[in-house]
Amino acid sequence: MSYVPVTPDERAEMLAAIGVSSIDDLFVDVPPAHRYPQIDLPAPQSELEVLRELRALAEKNADLDHMLSFLGAGAYQHYIPSVVNHMLSRGEFYTAYTPYQPEISQGTLQAIFEYQSMICELTGMEVANASHYDGSTALAEGVLMAYNVLRGKRRRAILSPDIHPEYRQVARTYTQGMPIEIVGDDRLENDLRALAAMIDENTFCVAVQNPDFWGRLTPIDVLRDLVQAAHAHNALVIVVGNPIALALIRPPGEYGADIALGEAQPLGNALNFGGPYLGYFACRQKDVHKMAGRLVGQTVDADGKRGFVLTLSAREQHIKRERATSNICTNQALCALATAIYLSSLGKNGLRQVAELCYHKAHYLAAAIDRLEGYHLVTQEPFFNEFVIACPKPAAEINRALLQHQIIGGLALDRFYPDMGDRMLVCATEIHSRPMLDAFVQALKEVAR
Amino acid sequence: MNAPEPLIFELSSPGRQGCTLPSLDVPPADLPADMLRDDLALPEVAEVDVVRHFVHLSQLNYAVDTGFYPLGSCTMKYNPKINEDTARLPGLAQTHPYQPVETVQGCLELMYRLQEALKAISGFAAISLQPAAGAHGEFAGVLIIRAYHRARGDDKRQIILVPDSAHGTNPASTAMCGYRIQEIKSDARGNVDLNDLRTHCTDQVAGMMLTNPNTLGLFDENLETVCELVHGCGGLMYGDGANLNAILGIAKPADLGFDVMHFNLHKTFSTPHGGGGPGAGPVGVSAQLADFLPGPIVERHGEMFTWVNPPQSVGRVRAFYGNFGVLVRAYTYIASLGAQGLREVSEVAVLNANYLRVKLREIWPTAVDRICMHEFVLQGPHNEVRTLDIAKRLIDYGHAHPPTIYFPLIVPEALMIEPTETESKRTLDQFVTDMRQIAQEARTDPALLHEAPHHTPVRRLDEVQAARKPILRYQLATAQADA
Repeated sequence: MSYVPVTPDERAEMLAAIGVSSIDDLFVDVPPAHRYPQIDLPAPQSELEVLRELRALAEKNADLDHMLSFLGAGAYQHYIPSVVNHMLSRGEFYTAYTPYQPEISQGTLQAIFEYQSMICELTGMEVANASHYDGSTALAEGVLMAYNVLRGKRRRAILSPDIHPEYRQVARTYTQGMPIEIVGDDRLENDLRALAAMIDENTFCVAVQNPDFWGRLTPIDVLRDLVQAAHAHNALVIVVGNPIALALIRPPGEYGADIALGEAQPLGNALNFGGPYLGYFACRQKDVHKMAGRLVGQTVDADGKRGFVLTLSAREQHIKRERATSNICTNQALCALATAIYLSSLGKNGLRQVAELCYHKAHYLAAAIDRLEGYHLVTQEPFFNEFVIACPKPAAEINRALLQHQIIGGLALDRFYPDMGDRMLVCATEIHSRPMLDAFVQALKEVAR
Repeated sequence: MNAPEPLIFELSSPGRQGCTLPSLDVPPADLPADMLRDDLALPEVAEVDVVRHFVHLSQLNYAVDTGFYPLGSCTMKYNPKINEDTARLPGLAQTHPYQPVETVQGCLELMYRLQEALKAISGFAAISLQPAAGAHGEFAGVLIIRAYHRARGDDKRQIILVPDSAHGTNPASTAMCGYRIQEIKSDARGNVDLNDLRTHCTDQVAGMMLTNPNTLGLFDENLETVCELVHGCGGLMYGDGANLNAILGIAKPADLGFDVMHFNLHKTFSTPHGGGGPGAGPVGVSAQLADFLPGPIVERHGEMFTWVNPPQSVGRVRAFYGNFGVLVRAYTYIASLGAQGLREVSEVAVLNANYLRVKLREIWPTAVDRICMHEFVLQGPHNEVRTLDIAKRLIDYGHAHPPTIYFPLIVPEALMIEPTETESKRTLDQFVTDMRQIAQEARTDPALLHEAPHHTPVRRLDEVQAARKPILRYQLATAQADA
């Protein structure tokens, strides 16, 4: 396959115009010893052959169109209305680039403005940016932002141990070159009250997750107390959270969080084996100049007509270079567009309905598993749509056996916690009908024997 | 078609919903009353409203699918449609990142094949597909440089050298790793100034970030000497792969002396730019740096593919494994073209750029007048009419997106033009005709250019007001006050 439209005759004509005799003459600056190396790749293929190759790879997977899955843990299977993919597939959206020329990019700009507005509504925050790479990098950037809000004078970030383990790893990767110390997540016993007690004059932020990695919901008074303790020391509070849950529970803005962020994949983006996803990120108006990432603002054109532009770019790398708030260049615009379309399609009632369906299905499933011999529900606190169960055998072994039933079980927690071999993090969403939930319970019963 | 489109919030009507959901088929559980939120002011619209709204918005965009997009440094090549189909195959798209590894062997095999292909193309010994974008890959790459020096007990190196022509992400990524930057001048032929470089090469230097071909579109004539000087003082060479589209099958960056490089799959390997992401920025390294890569990466053990964390990894730079959907598109592209097709890509990208260069230099001077690679930089006018006016007027002609303007920073009034290999001679000739006409208008009717564009959905926008009085979200109160 070739996507080059220039014919041999045209090439000859163009070479003559340039004043060289062959294409090789254009590469004289390349060191001769290294010019035209052997590239060891399979032969070119036609479209039909490539499609066949990719289909064969796809068929080696047990995908979730064919398997029933109860995995969550940061990536969630939800129903995506048909309109989302139809709108995303418009070439005018997906083959455009960052809207550097606003007069011919109003579609992308307005859609991002709408996305920012919807994230503000969901989180109860004043300002949202155009998105980050994913939830984990949003957290890392949130920590760096908090460090900068306090002008780099404080060194300590407190992270809850109940934040997704990979998010905490990414926060450490991002801060390894900075004079920043991450504490608080070394012991699972460190609940929010314990974290609040750790905040001192050297602490620039405390980050928590709600619903947390285990699916648990934190009582509002505990969250308020944490915010109060942090603000008493002028430290910032970062709240990570599943945005579907935010249609049901009180949003971070309501209890005084300074930064709300998380993974927005559940809002209209397919699982895609872990990416592309998008991190949503929202903060207070007063801190907006320390926020990373692209921002779209409303303005007027020469005739006074409403229009949208990229704005407050004096924070960004192409202007500030080494003094920028972050090195981030693009956002995940197409994923943010998917989210805007998804939220438009479901609207205020639809999203609340999704959240409630998740909640009720998960509670039905949890109670049913708890009744099974050999299993029990470990999560005792209120939870959203994920919960931890203890299994009669290693969870990974249970999961292997479930494959025979065309079921992919929950996350075997020994992936992150070697001493939790019998624990499984189970997730239910609106895609699970009652017969599907019952089939899972029945299969769990059978594989326990 | 140019009518303004209301915000989706302004189309809202209580009680409408664009998608219905199954009714509850399990007994309801008690909701935690004290945790519940009161209201959620999302729009309420029907499916037809959603479709018309977003179709109208799409029609306000210029895109590769609508026309020529010679945006320098961004490699806005045509995005093949088959890539969109393969990325959406349910067997690939409907997979969860935490599925047992034996159930996602197809995903791992695809990633393994892509790792191998990128190794073959670049000459590097190992690849991590994790970074989500070019800047993310840069950040990972500089962390790798830092980890390498520290593993050798060499903590004194504090400096990364960056040419004055570099992308802004280079110094920003460097700063995020705790390094200081020192800027190196360019010489009159657009190369790294070797004398300036020599004075900066000390035992404090951790490495140098170099884009080659550089942002002037020029292959550095002294590249081998640059690499020798930096290696000579114990530093490593970081290659910014933004301009890899010029040298596929022409030279391997690892052979040229680079130790680390990120790839921009959304530039070189044809994955769509999405209006500003998602992209993918895999990072490749030489053998001595392989242990420091962000993990996990895919390894093959007999017939099985597994995840492996490099032993001295800088850590993961994101959750899960990478922008997999983007990786599928890039792999599809490489599998379609093969080595022969990839070399043709670079040959024609460079041919197209040089053809435009010789045609357009009759209108405005090139920043450096020598054979370019896949892009080149013109110095636009700075009199009554400026480069910005040229760009805005070009929009009116409707045949092309304006080039990148005012970058690189070392060229006043820069116009940075990258045609890519997927454009025909006819398209290039049309662009030359339009630019010539605009140059003529600049002489005879400068006001026409100052007020351009004239035929777009909105005209020039007040960016100063946008920044001084930021309106960053829809608010009912604001909307009513405006009305």
